[in-house]
Amino acid sequence: MALLHISEPGQTSVPHQRRLAVGIDLGTTNSLVATVRSGLAETLADEAGEHLLPSVVRYRKGQGPQVGQSAKEAAPTDPMNTIVSVKRLMGRDLQELRKNEFAAYEYAGEESSVPRICTEGGDVSAVEVSAEILKVLRDRAEASLGGELTGAVITVPAYFDDAQRQATKDAARLAGLHVLRLLNEPTAAAVAYGLDKKSDGVIAIYDLGGGTFDISVLRLKKGVFEVMATAGDSALGGDDMDRAIARWIMAQAGIQDDADHAQLRRLLHEARRVKEMLTDADETSVEITRMDNTVWRGSLTRMQMNELINSLVKKTINPCRRALRDAGLSIDDISEVVMVGGSTRVPMVREKVEAFFNKPPLVDIDPDKVVAVGAAFQADILAGNKPDEAMLLLDVIPLSLGLETMGGLVEKVINRNTTIPVARAQDFTTYKDGQTAMSIHVLQGEREMVQDCRSLARFSLRDIPPMVAGAARIRVTFQVDADGLLSVAAEEQSSGVQSSIEVKPTYGLEDSEVEQMLRDSMDHASEDMVARMLREQQVEADRAMEALTAALQKDGEKYLDDEERAGIDQQMDSLQTVRQQDDIEAIKLAIARLEKTCAGYVERRMNGSIQDAMSGHKIEEFES
Amino acid sequence: MPFDLTSNYFSIFGMPVSYTVDAGFLMQRYRELLQTVHPDRFASASGQERRLSLQYSTHINEALRVLKDPLERARYILELKGMQWDDEQTTLSDPGFLMQQMDLRESLSEVREQSDPLEAIAEIISSVSSLMQDNIHVLEGLLQSDKPEDLETAKTRVRKMQFINKMKMEAETLEATLEDEL
Repeated sequence: MALLHISEPGQTSVPHQRRLAVGIDLGTTNSLVATVRSGLAETLADEAGEHLLPSVVRYRKGQGPQVGQSAKEAAPTDPMNTIVSVKRLMGRDLQELRKNEFAAYEYAGEESSVPRICTEGGDVSAVEVSAEILKVLRDRAEASLGGELTGAVITVPAYFDDAQRQATKDAARLAGLHVLRLLNEPTAAAVAYGLDKKSDGVIAIYDLGGGTFDISVLRLKKGVFEVMATAGDSALGGDDMDRAIARWIMAQAGIQDDADHAQLRRLLHEARRVKEMLTDADETSVEITRMDNTVWRGSLTRMQMNELINSLVKKTINPCRRALRDAGLSIDDISEVVMVGGSTRVPMVREKVEAFFNKPPLVDIDPDKVVAVGAAFQADILAGNKPDEAMLLLDVIPLSLGLETMGGLVEKVINRNTTIPVARAQDFTTYKDGQTAMSIHVLQGEREMVQDCRSLARFSLRDIPPMVAGAARIRVTFQVDADGLLSVAAEEQSSGVQSSIEVKPTYGLEDSEVEQMLRDSMDHASEDMVARMLREQQVEADRAMEALTAALQKDGEKYLDDEERAGIDQQMDSLQTVRQQDDIEAIKLAIARLEKTCAGYVERRMNGSIQDAMSGHKIEEFES
Repeated sequence: MPFDLTSNYFSIFGMPVSYTVDAGFLMQRYRELLQTVHPDRFASASGQERRLSLQYSTHINEALRVLKDPLERARYILELKGMQWDDEQTTLSDPGFLMQQMDLRESLSEVREQSDPLEAIAEIISSVSSLMQDNIHVLEGLLQSDKPEDLETAKTRVRKMQFINKMKMEAETLEATLEDEL
């Protein structure tokens, strides 16, 4: 029999207690945090009552980073130390970053796989900058909800590739957030929209943000949100419109290409203001201070602006066509078109979308908040606050995954728009006698040539037993989880010899790098670090015990004989004991032992619930 | 019926092994299964349950992919009936079929030179699709049989379908490219 446990207040979570979970929209321009309270999702405001947090971080010497509105205001005067639109830098390499003329930061050494921006406050990576934004939102949520967060759902553009997703998850870890799920932004919007309307049908979500564009086609049926296809451009958004307008101002005002950073920031700032004015106005005045402090004044009409941004808006229509094609649908099959993202306020965007889909898009939900609200609903469910909720999101992988083969060609292993989670294996062989190593290059993208796709990782498979060419069977398995994140494993099959594998992410961070950053961010206070790692393990232990206790109460007798039950109780007691102490490794070990002991039980339970789901269905059929 | 990762894809959905599949029923069963095992149902569960849920969901998704696709489904049924595939070693020896494929390939390469390329490509896609349908229809009959000669014939059909399917995908890619260029 299990002993009764007496725990200190706050040390173990009481069953059925509401877990604090949030949805976070980590946007290019602005970020938001939302939560579900009394069944309603709402975005959380800061002390000043502001919901939108500008995604801007300023680094200064000897001071902590400045995040949000104050940093945004400093951007024009302190451009080199103020990072804007960091989302566009996530998971990108130096070469890609240098192409961005208006975000010409100074970058540190070329040798690091992850680019670092030089600031007065030190060199920072995009992941660290994003983590600062997430920390502010986490603090805001904890202050507002009055407790520690159980976890967060963080949204990413559907068209984000693996490197960009991984970078986002790293940023969350760095900010001390437990990521319940990475959720695609259009899917989040569909949740907010679909739960609101409670109607079945096929909807298209057109999501044009500050720096990314996504189009997703979803089928809503009885609470299941099934993404049929997604397409987009992870480097196209309102920022690009600002740049087009800024270039026009430069030409009009006679500002040369060698303008300094401060001048460029002023240009972008003014361009953005002009763009926003022209949402309602037909014409607006434009004013820019040149480097010699003289001022240029002019005006821009909406018609003129439309010409400047025409090609950008047009670039969003081809992905719409492709998504429909991939979903196997025609325009008439779409029952609703939902607009998401601040850039859908631009009148020309609405016009083009309406013309393409042949119906007026829905603009009645706040395009800035809808993604965070949808993420909050999902977070509430994932945290376990709604055990009876039938909502289910079935998402897809946005870009094909493949491997490099002979001649620099890419062999696709998983096609785009495949429902996740998904796994696929591919067999390879050696091409030389006695070959003992093989290098494997993982790529993402639709093009045929390696150089046109994104390089995700390079693997070395070593210790292949020497054989004649073509005799070895090397099976490479791709697994994409529900976050859309890829893991790759390789194994030599014919000999049964376990082969070693080395992973080196091309642009992402390695685990050791994340840990190093975590350590650095703790101000070198190692006790804090240890305390935090201990806390994480304790939470993991609680989660395991809580889940198991609930399961045992429900069906322990059904699936376990006395001996098995006694074994589980014993392991649970030991875990409970070590959980109260501060030995991280001991807790890890006790969790592993407990899991091993109840492995059979967990499997029987899951099979049982599948059987219930299937047999319940059969009864229904008999009755009807 | 216990859930078993080694059991065949049809029995996962509680369906008999048959080339003719009720797509509505399949999707309904699929949704019910995933409602039960999807990782979202285990986001706050133990690491062990999360792994199991990922494994099951992955398997069910793969089963659905195979059963939904007429070509994959035919290959799979033939495998269940004990047929082996050694893709690279066998060649098709059907001059009529090969000629037809060469003709289609030639028209595909000439699409851009046509006065209305989009109409030309639509025509090719339509004839390739109807070739596909013809084969699906024949397979519906053949795959009910367990006679070795019928299964051999089915296997040849499936291999032809693989050629046709590849052509169809190339044609669709070209159509997408042409539309994007507009």
